Amino acid sequence: MTTTITEMPTAGYGAALWRGLKSFALLRESWVGMLGAFLVLFWVLVAILAPLLAPFDPNSSIQPFAKPGMEAIKGGGTFWLGTDHIGRDILSRIIWGSRTVLIYAPLATISAYTLGILMGLAAGYRGGWVDDVLSRIADIILSFPVLVLYIIIIATIGASGFNIIIAITFASSPGIMRIVRGLVLDLRNRDYVAAAQTRGESDWRVMLVEILPNARGPLIVDACLRLGYVIITIGVLGFLGLGLPPPDPDWGGMVNETRQMAMAFPHMTLFPCIAISSLILGFNLLADGLREISLRD
Amino acid sequence: MNDDQAPVLVCKDLCISYYTRAGEIPAVVDFSLTVKPGETIGIVGESGCGKSTVAMAIMQHMGANGGIKSGSITFKGRDLTQLSEQELRHIRGSEIAMIYQEPFASLNPSLKISTQLIEVPLAHEDISKEEARQRAVQMLGDVKLPDPERLMDSYPHQLSGGQQQRVVIAMGLLSNPSLLLLDEPTTALDVTVEAGIVKLVADISKKYGTSQIYISHNLGLILETCDRVFVMYSGEVVEEGTINSLFTWPKHPYTHGLFACIPLPTADKNAAPLKPIRGQLPLPFERPQGCYYHPRCDHFTPGLCDVDHFKMESVENSAPDHRVRCLRYKEIDHRHQAEIEETKEILELGKRVLNVDGMKKYYEVRDSSLKALISGKRVRYVKANEELNFTAREGETVAIVGESGCGKSTFAKVLMGLEKGTEGEVRHKGKDISDIAVRDRSAKQISSLQMVFQNPFDTLNPSHSIGGQISRVIRKFGVETDKKKIFNRVMKLLDTVKLPRDFYFRKPRQLSGGQKQRVGIARAFAGNPSMVIADEPVSALDVSVAAAVTELLMDIQRKHRTTLLFISHDLSVVRYLSDRIVVMYLGHILERGTTEQIFAPPYHPYTEALLSAVPIADPEVTKREIVLEGNLPSAMKPPKGCPFCTRCHRRIGEICDNELPPEQVVTDRHVIKCHIPLEELKKVEPVIHVPEEAERLHARQST
Repeated sequence: MTTTITEMPTAGYGAALWRGLKSFALLRESWVGMLGAFLVLFWVLVAILAPLLAPFDPNSSIQPFAKPGMEAIKGGGTFWLGTDHIGRDILSRIIWGSRTVLIYAPLATISAYTLGILMGLAAGYRGGWVDDVLSRIADIILSFPVLVLYIIIIATIGASGFNIIIAITFASSPGIMRIVRGLVLDLRNRDYVAAAQTRGESDWRVMLVEILPNARGPLIVDACLRLGYVIITIGVLGFLGLGLPPPDPDWGGMVNETRQMAMAFPHMTLFPCIAISSLILGFNLLADGLREISLRD
Repeated sequence: MNDDQAPVLVCKDLCISYYTRAGEIPAVVDFSLTVKPGETIGIVGESGCGKSTVAMAIMQHMGANGGIKSGSITFKGRDLTQLSEQELRHIRGSEIAMIYQEPFASLNPSLKISTQLIEVPLAHEDISKEEARQRAVQMLGDVKLPDPERLMDSYPHQLSGGQQQRVVIAMGLLSNPSLLLLDEPTTALDVTVEAGIVKLVADISKKYGTSQIYISHNLGLILETCDRVFVMYSGEVVEEGTINSLFTWPKHPYTHGLFACIPLPTADKNAAPLKPIRGQLPLPFERPQGCYYHPRCDHFTPGLCDVDHFKMESVENSAPDHRVRCLRYKEIDHRHQAEIEETKEILELGKRVLNVDGMKKYYEVRDSSLKALISGKRVRYVKANEELNFTAREGETVAIVGESGCGKSTFAKVLMGLEKGTEGEVRHKGKDISDIAVRDRSAKQISSLQMVFQNPFDTLNPSHSIGGQISRVIRKFGVETDKKKIFNRVMKLLDTVKLPRDFYFRKPRQLSGGQKQRVGIARAFAGNPSMVIADEPVSALDVSVAAAVTELLMDIQRKHRTTLLFISHDLSVVRYLSDRIVVMYLGHILERGTTEQIFAPPYHPYTEALLSAVPIADPEVTKREIVLEGNLPSAMKPPKGCPFCTRCHRRIGEICDNELPPEQVVTDRHVIKCHIPLEELKKVEPVIHVPEEAERLHARQST
């Protein structure tokens, strides 16, 4: 016995935060993960500092069809990435647009995960008719082409930020449910689950406290990947005109509005596309890195 | 054995290391071994001692991060470490064959047995397919598999575990190798099946002249199969010798410690408690200076044992190949030490706590096949438990013994309320609990019945701290409600199970298997239970750790006067710790009685076979050999009469097949379920013969 503890420890949130940071520091060992984390962090900072970074107002029309690097004729300043057909500065719109993506994508993912996890836990742990009903519902939703599903939902309930979250939750929670269900089917036969059952714990406690934390590894990796897909989805919805109502900047919407001029003025579509892909790439690489680390331990 | 023949395999001063992120890990150091033709070498040691690494090195199959640092492995005059991958491939499988622990992982589930067997000679020899097939069929017969022709056309999943392992052994022998490596070949099998495999392995070298290296953690099995033994500890051999010299006069304190950890069939829990080795196996990169064993050794001398690392030396006055790695082996008198054993008080039994009366548990299986539709039998039953009757008293240890599939775990589930009994009663403290699910039981009922689980790696939730998991039990059962008092109680429990108090903050992955099992015990006793069910609590642990956990369990039981229901397949452990034994087979209780009654005639024929299957690590104890034929019948289609009739070696005729045997009462609480008249059963000779102390070899030597 090295130390004799007689005092009750005071559990602090500081310690938990420190542990979290330490496990994040493990990411250093995977350069892929580091690159991903760097890309994601870059866009998060851009979104936070948008008012400071953006050189122009993203929604005001200043000078149409400006090429990248052109000086503004009135009022000074440079259009580093050019302007679009109405004369709005593309750099400013990309910077402000990162806020849209980084607010709605995580919110939609969290919402999809909440529903998917609850359904997966219930289906996997309870089994029987609960599993049958939930799995069939999931099968039906998953059998629709995703894009058709989005179009139907958004067309029915209207295009808004909140409705995008609803549509994404509806379309991706069945997939999450399947993953969770599979993990639960394995975990529910563990002895510690039996131990919890034999001391008369409630089903929800067993599911949420005993089973769910042990499924977190694969779920975190999947969440990162899914965040990338959600960003694509938001972009696609914007491109289809089902995204956020104009004039607020939205990367997908920017591509949609300017795509007819893409041959003559490639910069109008190219830069928003680069923004989208770099963020998705960031999340995918981060997911790869996390998986690599979790496999190593 | 032929001394004049050239050795098959010579390992000389072998050092094997693994290279990881943490740096070089020396897994095996200074390992030397000579295998003569037809000889069987046993390598014994606890997990992590490097015994499997040796086997892998001989196969030259070390993985990407392993490598032989120095030394040589010479196989029939060729140094294996110098051969190319191509030459090695020619040797592997044809001249050296290996048999692994889990047969179901060694066979490809999607290929027929015939395809997998024929492949072996076809790959190594220039023979026709027909010839190869013939040889395969003959080999299947040689490993005592019934109906080889039919087996050739089956898939691995259609065979039982024992049959699969026989097929794997046949596969290993097909190309007539000079050396066969067996890495714990019976660990995943049941005891009676294990006995058959062990007999087969012992016959192989006689019949084919194949040299074998048999790796095991079980000293008893080594004794039954091998000619010479190597005892490994922390990557090095600490003692080697012939079976006779090493088992009769072990010299190294670690070898001694291992023997003291094994419950012998003669041992009694109160008169001769097990003596676990204290401490833990050091990790390869934190091995101590000098003798690796010195921190755990009772005979440690500062300034001598902890200075330099030293070589093996030959033991004086013993067989010439008996060598030991100990500086003080001559001075240590193990006999003297054996005399000052402590004894423990005998626990007085109290009133009845558990009363199982005609308990049945059937599982319904819906059959949707066409045949079932026509015959109208849509629902079939799996009879997991059939008419269980027994009782347990306060402070008593009752063991339920049986092989996998006998229904012992099902019974535990009914008792814990995870399943409902189909019929009959299970009265705990006078109340029938067999059909109350755990969520409908009162907190008092739940807390008075707790369980210790089998798998140490599964018993604790990896996501929560040790302290959190124990205090949850205390809070849930309302033993304490105040935060501070709960904490103090967890501390006390950690003291009771002899774990450091700062384990409160640890996560399960930071603990070893034995430590986890201690936490599991602490958790089971946290709610002051009146009865604890232990489902094979030590079967997954190393012997020295298992001994400590067994002793701990019994100490706590003594202190709390808890009834212990001990579920196990290992009769030697059961013999050691239980007061009464219930022998189960296919859902039936075939025999029940006190430990002494079970271990002496009259036996039920199944008990007799079980006793014969127990490996005993004492060369002077003799056993009558009973090897059961066939497999455990499926619980879906149990025999109509006696459940044991398909494998019984004392079957008396038609009556066994058609009628359920009666319960014959021998004495007060000793009951045997068999058709054979008691008078006949009483005439049976004891299975295990233990020589009197005066007849023993080392007693003779000392006088």
